[in-house]
Amino acid sequence: MSTTAEATIDVRVWRGGEKGEYQSFAVPRRDSQTVLDVVTWIQRHADPTLAYRFACRVGVCGSCAMTVNGRPRWTCRTHVSKVIEDGRVEIGPLANLPVIRDLAADLTPFFEKWQKAEGTFVPSRTRHEPLETISPESPERQAANAAIECINCGVCYAACDTVRWSPEYFGPAALNRSWSLVNDVRDAGNLKRLAAAASNGGCHNCHSHQSCEQLCPQGLNPTASIAGLKRRTMQAYIRGEIS
Amino acid sequence: MSTQPHNTAYRSDRLWLAAMVHRVSGVLLAAFLPLHFLVLGLAIESEGQLDSFLQWTKSPLVKLAETGLVLLLAIHLLGGLRVLVIENMPWRNGQKRMATLAAAAAVGIAGVFLIALL
Repeated sequence: MSTTAEATIDVRVWRGGEKGEYQSFAVPRRDSQTVLDVVTWIQRHADPTLAYRFACRVGVCGSCAMTVNGRPRWTCRTHVSKVIEDGRVEIGPLANLPVIRDLAADLTPFFEKWQKAEGTFVPSRTRHEPLETISPESPERQAANAAIECINCGVCYAACDTVRWSPEYFGPAALNRSWSLVNDVRDAGNLKRLAAAASNGGCHNCHSHQSCEQLCPQGLNPTASIAGLKRRTMQAYIRGEIS
Repeated sequence: MSTQPHNTAYRSDRLWLAAMVHRVSGVLLAAFLPLHFLVLGLAIESEGQLDSFLQWTKSPLVKLAETGLVLLLAIHLLGGLRVLVIENMPWRNGQKRMATLAAAAAVGIAGVFLIALL
């Protein structure tokens, strides 16, 4: 796409906390420009007080997620050309999380829910025992691998209306993590994990809107993971393993 | 001036709409049920009133409303089957296509019903 030196984008950026307003900036249009480039340009050339969060700039760390034209995105890998609408880009903080300031959301509730969903690996062997040999081709390992590439960016959590409507709900990322561990044959914490998945904040809240799957920058499918948890918790309940 | 960030554009996505249409069809059907029972009650209470009501249902407007009812039933049935498949069977990709097919099938069923009425 060719651009002229004068071409600009009409960028509206959220300023304030939970309450605030969008502030307009004219940002020079560049080829291959990402949304994070736009935000950085504003902070460096227009308003140094703009608060936002990023680290790696290459889609690994998961810290730069923001709301772009109404949808959560990882801004470092989102090209302006993909999301621009009528020459305008509107950028806000991630939804369903407290706003610290401007574009920085507080991810504390997001990570607290990982804990509540028992998203921590529980080893079945000690360091004194030999390493367990896991075949990469085994169905369990492949199921675990399907859900494992999460970078904790919070995009799915911000895109989930069930999170919006039920503050207790753990959300797609935490349950996706739970499903990955449920399929991990080295893990010894499944009963507690399935009990958490079947609790009030657990998998049975999900309405299968699949916004998480459609917006996950890693191409994961948390809805499929949650559907797996629904089946597995049901089986555990029928067997009397969880109440 | 805005007072809150805008962040719900994903609500126009197809599967979000599928879930919402399923839910709204359920609410509308639940609202219809008391009226249905009221009419059934007429069969016990007053034969004459029931007959005049049944006569009234032959008007084109009521037939159109009945088609709407069949549409709601088909949407809710197929939407419910979709949820049961998602939650109880191994995951299948292509959920958007399944939702679109379910919507087309619901409209088709209602269309056949309308043609049969005319």
